[in-house]
Amino acid sequence: MEKFTDDDVIVCRCEDVTLGQIREVIRRGYTDPEEIKRITRAGMGPCQGKTCRDIIIREVARITGKRIDEIPVPTYRPPSKPIKVGLLAEESD
Amino acid sequence: MDFKRTADVVVIGGGVVGCSVAYNLAKRGCKNVVVLEKSYITSGSTGRCGAGIRAQWGTEMNCKFGIASIEIFEHLEEELGLPIGLHQGGYLVIAYKESEFDQLKKNVALQNSLGIKSKVISADEAKEIVPILNVDGAVGFTFHDRDGHGDPFLTTFAYAEAARRLGVEIFTYTEVKDIIVEGGKVKGVITDRGGISTPVVVNCAGPWSKEVAAMAGISIPTYSERHEALITEPVNRISEPMLISFTGNFYIQQRPHGSFIMGYGPEEHEETHRVNSTWVFLEEMARKLSNLLPPTRDLRVVRQWAGSYNMTPDAQPIVGGVEEIEGYYMAVGFSGHGFMFSPITGVLMSQLVLSEELDLPIDMLSYKRFERGELIVEPAVV
Ligand SMILES: Cc1cc2nc3c(=O)[nH]c(=O)nc-3n(C[C@H](O)[C@H](O)[C@H](O)COP(=O)(O)OP(=O)(O)OC[C@H]3O[C@@H](n4cnc5c(N)ncnc54)[C@H](O)[C@@H]3O)c2cc1C
Ligand code: FES
Repeated sequence: MEKFTDDDVIVCRCEDVTLGQIREVIRRGYTDPEEIKRITRAGMGPCQGKTCRDIIIREVARITGKRIDEIPVPTYRPPSKPIKVGLLAEESD
Repeated sequence: MDFKRTADVVVIGGGVVGCSVAYNLAKRGCKNVVVLEKSYITSGSTGRCGAGIRAQWGTEMNCKFGIASIEIFEHLEEELGLPIGLHQGGYLVIAYKESEFDQLKKNVALQNSLGIKSKVISADEAKEIVPILNVDGAVGFTFHDRDGHGDPFLTTFAYAEAARRLGVEIFTYTEVKDIIVEGGKVKGVITDRGGISTPVVVNCAGPWSKEVAAMAGISIPTYSERHEALITEPVNRISEPMLISFTGNFYIQQRPHGSFIMGYGPEEHEETHRVNSTWVFLEEMARKLSNLLPPTRDLRVVRQWAGSYNMTPDAQPIVGGVEEIEGYYMAVGFSGHGFMFSPITGVLMSQLVLSEELDLPIDMLSYKRFERGELIVEPAVV
């Protein structure tokens, strides 16, 4: 049986991204969370990274040896909670 | 990484255009290429774009740029060795006015004469392509199956990584502050991390094209305009092609992972670098979407954002060098189609810089056309 490792842990539940995938892009040279978000989609899901963002920043800090406060942090974008298209469309009728 | 002091070519801007230019230069054997990006890769228009790709245009130049780029996109994953998220579900163009449909028919005739296999289709055929499409009010449709969309992030990172493999050095968080010109020749650039001497600079600064051109003393009539977009949660596949309408003023696509991405052109065409989002856009876009694809009423919008179209007076790019300064080049002013034209632009710019024969003529894209009054009138833009 294949062993379950850290790498299999899902860090971004919204976009289904594992810790292994995050580590892989860091190894490929991506150490900027802005770039990691855009290449893996981790942080682009409905929760906009409220769950995964900090895990990714910690992983970058661990692998690069940088301090957390030296690492640029991706921005949250509106809407702050997902809204239904139908509801929005009615508002403008 | 140590900062460079000399280079053979400095590319200003780490968007899809700059990365494609740098990759193509290195591919053609140019050594010592440096890309300077003031923020991160894809931080400009590229990372905010719809990444639609089409050959359904209304001028010969745009048709040729479009189809040449599609041909490159179709083999780009192999060439760069990395995914680019290409989805070729076609573009379904919808006309709501007779005059518009007449123009679309002329466009198709032009496209066909250039070897682009687009066609006029009926409402029934449109509904075969997208069964949930509401065709009320539409008077005609055109379709080209090789059109589609890509992932702007993956494509740009793929170009950047392939460029790095060929020796290109990319410095992010490095801003160009000035371009040194002496005796009519480019001598170097000044950045916030020091100077680099170089005989060639390529301005690929997207929304900041005018500011960067001015550093070399070149005045160009580009300006930036705010365009908004939004994305929904992912759902199963219900719409294969990019849906677009010029009078309906929208583009709507479903990405391979299931999310819908869409946008429409702004009411007022204000010159600005602002990229804030508005509630008006959210409501209006939702209305357009739920009208066109009624089942999407139950979808949730997860994110909205805005980005810049770098505009020119005729909404066509400026690609080429300038008579006044040896070694200064630019590929800017792509308005809403810089992603789809980036593959061929990189090829042409690298050929130009290396004095090779060009795959396509670019004389009409000179910035002098505005002085001469030779604007390119493209009837098919959102
Ligand atoms: C909402 C929206 C939807 C769009 N949809 C489509 C579409 O469907 N299809 C399509 O083809 N196109 C589309 N576009 C247009 C497309 O995004 C652009 O034409 C394209 O990304 C331009 O790429 P670029 O590399 O020229 O510019 P950018 O991606 O903006 O790159 C320029 C880079 O230069 C950097 N820079 C600027 N000044 C300096 C300096 N002084 N020093 C260092 N770096 C500097 C910037 O930080 C930036 O990263 C859309 C755009 C928007 C906003
Ligand atoms: S967990 Fe990553 S975006 Fe929601």
